[in-house]
Amino acid sequence: MRITQGTFSYLPDFTDEEISAQIAYALDNGWPCSVEFTDDPHPRNSYWEMWGLPMFDLKDPAGVLYEINQCRQAYPDQYIRLNAYDARYGRQTTALSFIVQRPAVEPGFRLDRQETADRQVRYQMHAYALDRPEGDRYTR
Amino acid sequence: MTSNGSAGRWSAGVIPYAEMGYWRPDYQPKDSDILAAFRITPQQGVPPEEAGAAVAGESSTATWTVVWTDRLTSYENYQAKCYRVEPVPGAEGQFIAYIAYDLDLFEEGSIANLTSSIIGNVFGFKALKALRLEDMRIPTHYVKTFQGPAHGIVMEREYLAKFGRPLLGATVKPKLGLSARNYGRVVYEALRGGLDFTKDDENINSQPFMRWRDRFLYCMEGVTRAQAATGEIKGHYLNVTAGTMEDMYERAEFAKQLGSVIIMIDLTIGYTAIQSMAKWARANGMILHLHRAGHSTYTRQKNHGVSFRVIAKWMRLAGVDHIHAGTVVGKLEGDPNSVAGFYDTLRKDKVAADPVKGLYFDQEWASMPGVMPVASGGIHAGQMHQLLHYLDEDVVLQFGGGTIGHPMGIAAGAEANRVALEAMIKARNEGRDYLKEGPDLLRAAAKQNRPLDVALSTWGDITFTYESTDTPDVVETPTSV
Repeated sequence: MRITQGTFSYLPDFTDEEISAQIAYALDNGWPCSVEFTDDPHPRNSYWEMWGLPMFDLKDPAGVLYEINQCRQAYPDQYIRLNAYDARYGRQTTALSFIVQRPAVEPGFRLDRQETADRQVRYQMHAYALDRPEGDRYTR
Repeated sequence: MTSNGSAGRWSAGVIPYAEMGYWRPDYQPKDSDILAAFRITPQQGVPPEEAGAAVAGESSTATWTVVWTDRLTSYENYQAKCYRVEPVPGAEGQFIAYIAYDLDLFEEGSIANLTSSIIGNVFGFKALKALRLEDMRIPTHYVKTFQGPAHGIVMEREYLAKFGRPLLGATVKPKLGLSARNYGRVVYEALRGGLDFTKDDENINSQPFMRWRDRFLYCMEGVTRAQAATGEIKGHYLNVTAGTMEDMYERAEFAKQLGSVIIMIDLTIGYTAIQSMAKWARANGMILHLHRAGHSTYTRQKNHGVSFRVIAKWMRLAGVDHIHAGTVVGKLEGDPNSVAGFYDTLRKDKVAADPVKGLYFDQEWASMPGVMPVASGGIHAGQMHQLLHYLDEDVVLQFGGGTIGHPMGIAAGAEANRVALEAMIKARNEGRDYLKEGPDLLRAAAKQNRPLDVALSTWGDITFTYESTDTPDVVETPTSV
């Protein structure tokens, strides 16, 4: 399967050039970028690990791309996303967020059902990757 | 002040409203006044100032004759004041009357009370042929007495973890007749294909062919399966509209128990019921979608009724998270400038008066969260560049027929829409002239995606080019292409 979180998951994976164009758009808007990674892609996992602090003062797309590539080297088997943050009054939230690296194989989720009374079912999404310990989930 | 102080003002009998203090061209509206712009069409022989004064009178303290009991009150405070009347350009016999109401006239946090005053009796008044409430300025003093959107745009995006693009939805079709099990199939296919939301239609409540509880169960099976298939948060607007508040609360509670992120209500349930559901939605972490069922009965004709920009304002105060607000390019009424005015009213914190958009007043929302507008009705993937251009990013684009009618199936229809959207956002962010290049950008994206290719050849040329009925009159209004 292919996890479709993020702004651009239905397009083919971006080249570094395409990623840089999006970074430039973010920086032109005054949105600082940040890089995050995880091996737990559950959609309610809000807090991916931060690859350093948001790059508040970085104005050059090449610098942001450099950090993405550093993170890729350190975590070649994990999900990595690029976020752009809009700190303007009235927004103060993420403006853009898309995946820039995926594991080679994405095993996806199992849906567990617990049948209860009155035909109700309690659902639980279980990421197959989480059957292995943290840090070892997508390595071969 | 004209004759307020004279003995003549209090003689028994009938005297013109204008002479009773309701026409006050010298009045300077206070920051805390509620202001209204009415389009009036006076009967033959009724001067516009008198007609404006009559509207002010009938929507505040006046009755048709002099009453001595007014003198027991500080009546000047309670009288609405018509302070300006202007002819409508290009519409003979029509005028815009500006009326100021003191804040004291209204109960805090009650749309019902506000509307009982402003649109209570006055719309049937015989001295006018027609009357339309064009716009209102709600002072921040009054704004702050309302809850406002249960979550608002920012919180909704964070809750759903969806950023940087419009959200996508579809209304399950056919509207009527599907069994709960078949209905849930449409939900599952559309969501796993790439939509963020699916939706009950306004008239799907609890009918003999599908009772609400059965629908909720099957829809949530579809929603949860699609979440597992994509790793994304998904939702189905479960319509809890019912005959009583008790029924609506029961349905909403069940939706919550099943883990739904969103419920839906119809405008037909009434202002107080909407405020109650907004309160429930805030307390229960549920996004609240409002379908504006019935609004065209009073919003569409320009000379009589209530403009949708006013309804939009009331609904932001009332506290919904989503509201249908027009598509510009789809099958339903929607002049581009008027729609831009609705969207500004729903989304911005400070909205400047702009006659081109039909906005008569500056409106400050004092940090009240924005409402996510929903564009629905006769739109398809081939219009993606226009939709993004007219409606921007904070919007739910709903392709019902444009998803479910896809020749390769519902999931393919959903995928086509999502690919078209992401391709357009990518191009926009890259600085392309996406409106002009739109069709080429879509064709390029379709080369790598067969569902989009098929969608474009099925619907590529479908347009709905009819003249708009509800257009601002102030300047010449261009129509969309």
